[in-house]
Amino acid sequence: MNNILKMKNIKKSYSGVEVLHGVDLELNEGEVLALVGENGAGKSTMMKILMGITKPDSGTIVLFDKKVNIPNPARALHMGIAMIHQELYPIPEMTIAENLFLGREFSKIGFVNSKKQERETIQWLRKMGIDILPSRKMKDLSISETQMVEIAKALSYGSKILIMDEPTSAITESEIMKLFDAIKILKSEGIGIIYISHKLDELPQIADRVEVLRDGNLITVENMSDISKQDIIRHMVNREINEIYPTCKNRIGEVVLEVKNLKRKGEFEDISFDLRKGEKLGIAGLMGAGRTEIVSTLFGDRKPDSGEIYIFGEKAKINKPSQGIKRRMAFVTEDRKLLGLNLMGTTKDNIVTCIEKRESFLGFLNDRKTSAIADKMIKQLDIKVMSRSQLVENLSGGNQQKVVLAKWLLTNPDIIIFDEPTRGIDVGAKTEIYNLMNELVMEGKAVIVISSEMPELIGIADRIIVMSQGRLSGILNKDEFSQEKIMHMAAHI
Amino acid sequence: MKSNKGTIRSKIFNRNFIRQTGIVWAFIVLSGVMALSQPAFLTIPNLTNILKQISINGILAVGMTIVLISGGIDLSVGSIVAVSCVTAAYFGLAENPYPLIVPFIAAILAGAFLGAINGFGIAYLGFAPFIMTLAMLTMARGLILLLTDSRPLFNLSRPFINISNKFFLGLPNLVWYFLIILIFGYVLLKRTVFGKWIYAVGGNEQAARLSGINVRGVKWLIYSICGALAGLAGLLLASRITSGNPRVGDGYELDAIAAAVIGGVSMAGGSGSIIGTLFGVLILGVIQNGFDILGLSTYYQQIMKGIVILLAVFIDIRARKNKSKSLS
Repeated sequence: MNNILKMKNIKKSYSGVEVLHGVDLELNEGEVLALVGENGAGKSTMMKILMGITKPDSGTIVLFDKKVNIPNPARALHMGIAMIHQELYPIPEMTIAENLFLGREFSKIGFVNSKKQERETIQWLRKMGIDILPSRKMKDLSISETQMVEIAKALSYGSKILIMDEPTSAITESEIMKLFDAIKILKSEGIGIIYISHKLDELPQIADRVEVLRDGNLITVENMSDISKQDIIRHMVNREINEIYPTCKNRIGEVVLEVKNLKRKGEFEDISFDLRKGEKLGIAGLMGAGRTEIVSTLFGDRKPDSGEIYIFGEKAKINKPSQGIKRRMAFVTEDRKLLGLNLMGTTKDNIVTCIEKRESFLGFLNDRKTSAIADKMIKQLDIKVMSRSQLVENLSGGNQQKVVLAKWLLTNPDIIIFDEPTRGIDVGAKTEIYNLMNELVMEGKAVIVISSEMPELIGIADRIIVMSQGRLSGILNKDEFSQEKIMHMAAHI
Repeated sequence: MKSNKGTIRSKIFNRNFIRQTGIVWAFIVLSGVMALSQPAFLTIPNLTNILKQISINGILAVGMTIVLISGGIDLSVGSIVAVSCVTAAYFGLAENPYPLIVPFIAAILAGAFLGAINGFGIAYLGFAPFIMTLAMLTMARGLILLLTDSRPLFNLSRPFINISNKFFLGLPNLVWYFLIILIFGYVLLKRTVFGKWIYAVGGNEQAARLSGINVRGVKWLIYSICGALAGLAGLLLASRITSGNPRVGDGYELDAIAAAVIGGVSMAGGSGSIIGTLFGVLILGVIQNGFDILGLSTYYQQIMKGIVILLAVFIDIRARKNKSKSLS
């Protein structure tokens, strides 16, 4: 295989602190190199340097056997380097064709030749193996389709190196398969792909080699076939994580939540299940199956059209989040930045949001008390901050998630709902969250977990409910767990 | 990553404080320039005049700050001032002696009522703040012009005129009212649970709602408070100009917004402080005073005001960009 990229001995410091201590990275034609490491290991910094967003302090970049400087992202694109971001930012009101050719429209004397653009777009999309009308607007596409368009766009620029940042974090299993097929097509075209992902289980399916970074150092580069998941984890965290999914001896008791025939038009119907004390109930299903809709209805973010909810045997009418909270429920939402955190606030502000009133006196804040409480939670959950006054927007994903958790734990809930709690979080932090869930159920609380990662659900849940297209497809007990069964139920009713 | 003095540092050097200290320096430099170039500036009468001039706008700016932090805006305060100016004057006419408490209650209630309508439209009917308060701007103005047939009320009682103009400890009462409202605003935003909720709603409304905060209630109350403060401002204005004039207040909302923005309040919501706004008010006052001393027409002042606003926001944007660069 021909080598297309050699980054050698890359060093980078921010404000006097060295974050990359001389890291190497090599990429060959037609291969997928998985780049793994905990948050803060240096992956994004390396990619920012490759993308021309920032410059290395020292080290060399050799592109197609020529030493180069990459001054800015526009030049990087012309040099053949493109990135598919974790958070996609297409222009919603524009069509696929318009987005694809943004900045290099086919035009004569200022008028855009839409027909030609659309024809070209179809070619590129077809090359990826997808069949979407180029006249569709970006805002009407699913995340998976948007992603495919982004990849087609990169292809159309003649990119030889594609960086994919957590590409499978927001798409369903079948869409992941489509993505992998597309990646295989890219490989056959000779394109090299740097694949950043926390989902280590996926790597054997798609990656040829894997490079592990830790604390700004290159730890190892191996062929995918020569290394096991355990070894990768060990390299990433430098400690044995004996159980990725820690077990616990939770005792499952009485029914705390009962849902009967819950229905919301267009979202879900005929939903009935129960939740027991000390239990971890998983909810599986494809995206769009209605999982988040159901739990947010339980919490009070939405009103059901019909059906009943019983909490500790008592019929409950929960129409607002504050009522859900009063009923001792907590909702750790799916998108922490969008729904869970006030990014303009400090760590302390976010942690004490729900209990501020409780700790107040005649409406006045009790700063001393809330500061002490915040510090206690920071210590308890091991949240890595400089101080409670640090703004949450500057924390890593894992620490942000812990802040959201801290906020909810302070309300002393009996039922805690987790919606995709470990999305975009590295292995070390994930295990901390699993341990936390175990602690909660050992204390006798009940936990509902929504997750799109089947290994995760199977690893942590006591029972799993499978949703499919707004209906309950099945309920599995622990001894019945299998990925095939869940997949089957998720895809059919 | 940063050294251990990070703890104290991060407490002091959070976003608001940086903006505030910048504002303070700007104010000091500005005042210094004025004092040195114009001997008339640093005299007691002139300084007292500045304080008198800024008090009305200052009270409006406090209300506006609260609304802006919540992520909203209130374009109707100028018109509400007009309504309450006339209302207060009506209850302060020399020929109809009401106890002084009456115009106070009437003016503040009138303002609160109009503000509550704003709040209802925004919080419960879902109108965008810009639209709702814009509509209120025109409706309230129309209403008061209609009721007064566009004619001001004169001959107010001496006690009523004293409300703003009598001196107390060397300063006109008007200034003391401003100070009280400043303290009120500061305590509300920084020392109460409600204040925390205002910042939470402005920072991320969805997250605030999901945390159990009554977002609608908070919004409704904020606009009511802003209206009430405009009501108070109207009364003080009536006393100051010794008439109930339905044409006053034109453009007052822009001055209030300008003061808040210069003081570091973000139009996006979620950040800002009363102290910052205070300096914004002071800077505007010093500039206005400077132009008056120099005898420049108010049109020059308007141009200058616009430039100052752009300058302040520009500096703020640069400061934020630099901050995020160093942290990434």
